[in-house]
Amino acid sequence: MLKEWAKFKGFSAKNLPKEEPFAPGHRACQGCGEVLALRLALKALGMNVIAISATGCMEIISSPFPYTSWRVPWLHVAFENAAAVASGVEAALRALKRKGRFPRNRRVDVVAFAGDGGTADIGLQALSGALERGHDFVYICLDNEAYMNTGVQRSGCTPYGAMTTTSPPGKKSIGQMTWKKNVPAIAAAHGIPYVATATPAFFLDLMNKVKKAALVEGPAYVHIYSPCPTGWGTKGEDSITLAKLAVETRIFPLYEVIEGKYYITRKITKPKPVEEYLKRQRRFRHLTEEEIRKIQARVDAEYERLLRLAECL
Amino acid sequence: MGKRIAKEVSIAIAEAVKQCRVDVIAAYPITPQTHIVEHLSELVANGELDAEYITVESEHSAISACLGSVATGARTFTSTASQGLALMHEILFIAPALRLPVVMVVANRALSAPISIWNDHGDIMAERDIGWIQTFAENGQEAVDLVYHAFRVAEDRRVMFPAIVNIDGFTLSHMIEPIELPDQEQVDRYLPPFRPRYKLDPRKPLSMGPVGIPEIYTEAKKAQDEAFKNAYKVILKAWDEFEEVFGRRYRPVETYRMEDAEVALLIMGSLAETAMTAVDRMREAGKRVGLVRLRLWRPFPLRDFVKAVKGLKVLAVIDRALSPGATGGPVGTEVRSALYQVPGRPRVVNFIAGLGGRDVTVEDFEEMADRAYVYMKKKPKEPYEMIGVKE
Repeated sequence: MLKEWAKFKGFSAKNLPKEEPFAPGHRACQGCGEVLALRLALKALGMNVIAISATGCMEIISSPFPYTSWRVPWLHVAFENAAAVASGVEAALRALKRKGRFPRNRRVDVVAFAGDGGTADIGLQALSGALERGHDFVYICLDNEAYMNTGVQRSGCTPYGAMTTTSPPGKKSIGQMTWKKNVPAIAAAHGIPYVATATPAFFLDLMNKVKKAALVEGPAYVHIYSPCPTGWGTKGEDSITLAKLAVETRIFPLYEVIEGKYYITRKITKPKPVEEYLKRQRRFRHLTEEEIRKIQARVDAEYERLLRLAECL
Repeated sequence: MGKRIAKEVSIAIAEAVKQCRVDVIAAYPITPQTHIVEHLSELVANGELDAEYITVESEHSAISACLGSVATGARTFTSTASQGLALMHEILFIAPALRLPVVMVVANRALSAPISIWNDHGDIMAERDIGWIQTFAENGQEAVDLVYHAFRVAEDRRVMFPAIVNIDGFTLSHMIEPIELPDQEQVDRYLPPFRPRYKLDPRKPLSMGPVGIPEIYTEAKKAQDEAFKNAYKVILKAWDEFEEVFGRRYRPVETYRMEDAEVALLIMGSLAETAMTAVDRMREAGKRVGLVRLRLWRPFPLRDFVKAVKGLKVLAVIDRALSPGATGGPVGTEVRSALYQVPGRPRVVNFIAGLGGRDVTVEDFEEMADRAYVYMKKKPKEPYEMIGVKE
């Protein structure tokens, strides 16, 4: 771990950075949890950043030429290659610093943002390659659990049972028929120094994790649960409540994997039933009691597995 | 002046890339490009070349990493072939639109299926419209020289477009030829350090790669097209300066024995050397045959090309790629279109030859010229013919 990591005392209400690297006035939907997560992540990182975006909601809402929400240098190339583009930026910085063409002691954090589709599906190979090669960068997956930008199609991160436009419930389907892909576990399997999960409901926790991700040497992966009122059929004002419920029901547990060691950062000892989370969203309203029980059982088992990982290691 | 010594062309290209003092290389191995990137990784490993070598997991990531690297202000190189180039396809359009001057050597190879590692131009012709500067080398010396030129032109602030140097896979990439590598001092004189007008730097933030709504997309593309056409002058000037520094002269269109030619073969790449032998033989037999070679393919050297073919009766265009169901090979259709408005234009006949590593011999070229003579008097039945097909 770096010296800066040891020195980092964490953000609190008293020492929040004043800078807003991500400007207001963008075109995100009302109540968008993703843009909030993006703003908080950048706030944690500060102004000495080069940001790379995959194609997706955050890219289109922030950059309709000639406007931009990015007060830090920003590059968007395509959908599936944010991690590869970030690899190039990071390597270039390393070469330029070594050759004296960029101030050697100036710290610049390279951060790549992508949605769940750009991470779990089409961008998984580029992500894996970049993590394996050990580039010093932060990859942030802003997970709103479907392809929202193109009109709510299912992704590998869409949860079981959810209705999307390509996983519609019908006589022969309950909606999404597969369980959510565990991308943080895939990232951790690369043996990288830092992996974490976060949600904008616990915003200090989110900012601290993003900051720690930037402070480690080598690749870091942060998976941020990002409520999407438009895609989920929820009220704009409910986004934070839902993000909180996702944690309190153990559907989206908050944890870190530091040098391969799992730490649960918010233990949920008295979980709320998953139904409380599911019933607030139109995408789950078709689910039967039986399906909800199935989801509850899966959530319980997954949490058990996570507990074991956190204890055994 | 450097010494002229025998070297494998791929190795010489890697040495030239080293002399260009690249900062970042991102490449994925594919036959027949491998010797270039292997030698570059060796140079980096030995400390002879101070660069970051990113061993990406695919060509798609290779070109993506290159874009990130150039955008940050680093001189960047990559190389690929065939399927690898096809995998890059999506990103290839983005590089010139963002005005990111990556330099790439493509060791031209056929596209699958059937899978073939051997040479033709099918891979690069599928990338005709990507908006990169594209040149074709005839021999090892030219391949090396075009690399220096590519960096020089691409990074010029009046240009800022990526550039591809095409070399024929195996027939050029794996040949051992006498090649003169210049002194480092000469290269440094010719190629100034990369100082991009725009780059990603927190001290001066900017946004690259924004959304283009319908109100501005057309204007953005018009601006790109204008800038690309304007690059032509810089390309020529950079070749003039090349001559001053290195003593070798290059032009966008080469001609051979065209003085009083009535029939000419037109070709790109290394097959031109064989074609020259054929031209010599036909000249000895009293036929007024010449040769035109396009060194610069994009931007298309329209005026120089029209000048080169003036006075011809028949121009036989040899394509090393097939465009199924089209009115000709990619070069054939381009050339026909280029000449359409030219009064007294020669008849353009189109041959498809040398696909997937099929040898094109002196005799084949003689046959094509003979057919061209036949078509001087009567119109060909088909818009293009394939040469050397076993039936």
